[in-house]
Amino acid sequence: MLDFIIRRLIAVIPVLTVVAVFVFLMLRLTPGDPAAVIAGDNATSDQIDDIRRKLGLDEPIWTQFVIWIGNMLQGNFGESFFFKKTVAELIAQRIEPTLALAVCTLIFAVALSVPLGVLAAYRQGSVLDRVVMGFSVLGFSVPGFVIGYCLIYIFAIELGWLPVQGYVRIGVNFWGFLERMVLPSLTLSVGFIALISRITRASVLEVLNEDYIRTARAKGLSNRVVLMRHALRNAAVPILTVIGLGIAILIGGAVVTESVFGLPGLGRLTVEAVLSRDFPTIQTVILMFSVVYVVINLLIDISYTLFDPRIRY
Amino acid sequence: MFDLRKSAAAALAAAALGGLLGIAPAEAQTLKVVMHSDVKILDPIWTTAYIQRNHGYMVWDTLFAVDEKFDVKPQMVDKWTVSPDNLTWTFTLRDGLEWHDGKPVTAEDCIASIKRWAARDSMGQKMMGSVASLEVVDAKTFKMNMKEPYGLVLQSLGKPSSNVPFMMPKKTAETDPMQQIKLEDVIGSGPFVFKADEWKPGEKIVYVKNAKYKPRSEPANGLSGGKVVKLDRVEWLAMPDVQTQVAAIQNGEIDMIESPGHDLLPLLAKDKNIRLVSFNPTGNQYVFRFNSTAKPFDNAKVRHAVFVAFAQEDFLKATIGDPTYYKVCKAPFVCGTPFATDAGMADVLNGNAAKARQLLTEAGYDGTPIVLMQSTDLQVLTNLAPVAKAQMERAGFKVDMVSMDWQTLVARRVKRDPPSQGGWHAFLTSWVAADILNPVMAGFFNSSCDKAMFGWPCDATIEKFRDQFAKETDPAKQMAIVEELQKYWVNNPTHVNVGQWYAPLARRTNIDGNLTAPVPVFWNVTKK
Repeated sequence: MLDFIIRRLIAVIPVLTVVAVFVFLMLRLTPGDPAAVIAGDNATSDQIDDIRRKLGLDEPIWTQFVIWIGNMLQGNFGESFFFKKTVAELIAQRIEPTLALAVCTLIFAVALSVPLGVLAAYRQGSVLDRVVMGFSVLGFSVPGFVIGYCLIYIFAIELGWLPVQGYVRIGVNFWGFLERMVLPSLTLSVGFIALISRITRASVLEVLNEDYIRTARAKGLSNRVVLMRHALRNAAVPILTVIGLGIAILIGGAVVTESVFGLPGLGRLTVEAVLSRDFPTIQTVILMFSVVYVVINLLIDISYTLFDPRIRY
Repeated sequence: MFDLRKSAAAALAAAALGGLLGIAPAEAQTLKVVMHSDVKILDPIWTTAYIQRNHGYMVWDTLFAVDEKFDVKPQMVDKWTVSPDNLTWTFTLRDGLEWHDGKPVTAEDCIASIKRWAARDSMGQKMMGSVASLEVVDAKTFKMNMKEPYGLVLQSLGKPSSNVPFMMPKKTAETDPMQQIKLEDVIGSGPFVFKADEWKPGEKIVYVKNAKYKPRSEPANGLSGGKVVKLDRVEWLAMPDVQTQVAAIQNGEIDMIESPGHDLLPLLAKDKNIRLVSFNPTGNQYVFRFNSTAKPFDNAKVRHAVFVAFAQEDFLKATIGDPTYYKVCKAPFVCGTPFATDAGMADVLNGNAAKARQLLTEAGYDGTPIVLMQSTDLQVLTNLAPVAKAQMERAGFKVDMVSMDWQTLVARRVKRDPPSQGGWHAFLTSWVAADILNPVMAGFFNSSCDKAMFGWPCDATIEKFRDQFAKETDPAKQMAIVEELQKYWVNNPTHVNVGQWYAPLARRTNIDGNLTAPVPVFWNVTKK
């Protein structure tokens, strides 16, 4: 197992190198000039050139790359062109809302979608099954921002139960934190629920036709025990894989959800950084997301062994 | 005898009872506003972006300021004199001016601030070209010694929009003009104090009332007069999504939106708890900018043909829609301002395609496609370029409209490459009226070749008019120069003004007191 983890961690290095080169080149080769953005609309060409020099953007592209990589290897992620803060500080400021959103969404999504998927499989062809599958199609098809606006209209404007937007830090007011997390995490989890419930249903259906399930039933085990202990556990690997892959959906969805609900998280930071061509911030945030994605998928791979003793690394 | 324990117990009981009965102590008046953008940079001299200008008006004060009619009035200055030969200006500061850290505002601070501002601002640079020296007379008085008479001293020091000559402490003002000031240096003498500890970029910026601020005795008028703060705290919240802004103001979570999108105004107007208020009666001006160095726009006659081909109302209908929020106005220095005039404009902006076609033939236009940049992500600009394309094509131009996001356009417009190789011929943008009140202030009139703004017009005659205007001290003669300049400029345009438009703010009905001014300011605003 340790060997496996070390091998996987070593494999992360080329992945991150490719991401770093790709992100760096993408930013430099696509149109947009942070100096012009910083200088504002009324600036003259000389003023823009001065700012470009101060930011080191007048250096050849490979020199800029070497400086950046060198700094990264020393743990220096650079300074934002706009905020005049280190990127590490910016990320530290913005990570809590995104983390909270991701955790709440995962809890919502897993708590709802796994039982729904199992029930849909168990009652295959029933009304419940059709409703769950119908919801799943809807969840896939409707864009997150539309769901967000609908939820805001119903729960904030019409019913007045929840606030429209904003974020309260968990340490400041726990209730305020919770009431501001409900709508964003519900919005973000809809697509996730659709995905996981569909995969859960398919996996459980496949397992329900296996001989050992028939044997379990023949032994006189209750439906609950058959479903939870035998069917779901054996169907867990594809479900876990989808949850791992879904982290990418979560990261992409956070960008939209945080904008709709005014959450000051990393998703919004990414959008702001991209719109203003804040190269150091974009590069570091994307690299960080890549690391998170790789690490979570590594953890998912490791967790397979908990559900399927046949899997050994 | 005073019993501490009994008193404490009584206070606690009263507080508990108050809590049970829902009686709260007098609540601090906090105004929650969504501005047009989040504040990412804190130095209003370092950048010309409007959100930093607005932030500047909260924290810092100015020597002079304009009133509703754009007349310049003293603000931090108590009295000023000018010598009969117009070569020596003497300014004396008001009594009781203090920085937020309690230190007095001095003449030295003001001189350092003027120098830093002038290093960044084109109007400041122009003024400093005529200044021989700035000299401290005493702690509250300084002199500006001129090399030659200069007619825009007060207009420059009272410049209402970017870059505004805000007065900063000497230590801060000595920061390299090409570098931003530090977070701990965001200390002004203005009506609000910036709360550095509560600033969370991407979330909110907070200002509290400057209790020590001594407003002028005159009533507030535009950006001038007494800056009386009637709120305890103002929070500018970052909320990028316009639909969410509307939902939040409808729900009472925020009190004001500085600039709601025009397509959402009918929705807001229907809500009985919300009022739309036009605080800036001169508004903004749409502008079509030529790249005067690129063929065929290096030919003045071809540029004039565009002027003749355009009709303003089509642009305004396509972008703003509701005539309440736009005005057909031919005056390049904006209708409703001191130098507004239609001189020389009778034959242009009438949508005369036939005449434009004839002018193009006379100019020998060879059918070179015009690379017209269209920005697609800013709603107030998106529909301008298609209208320009249609009107130009009607006049015989070939137009290649290239769509891109605004930041890509911003980066491309500074490129001098040929239009077919990544350069450009034209784009459309918008100016706040307060930035284009006269030929020196209006950046697109600058025709000093390489030193001009992108588009780089090179026209000695326009420059001569601008210099004459700057050096003329008699307003009537200044007006005459503007008229002459305008008559010349129509035939040798650097840009085309394609209409005036307004953006009201939305506020809840319990909010009042927004001043009529070219910039949204928060003194005088009340919350019931």
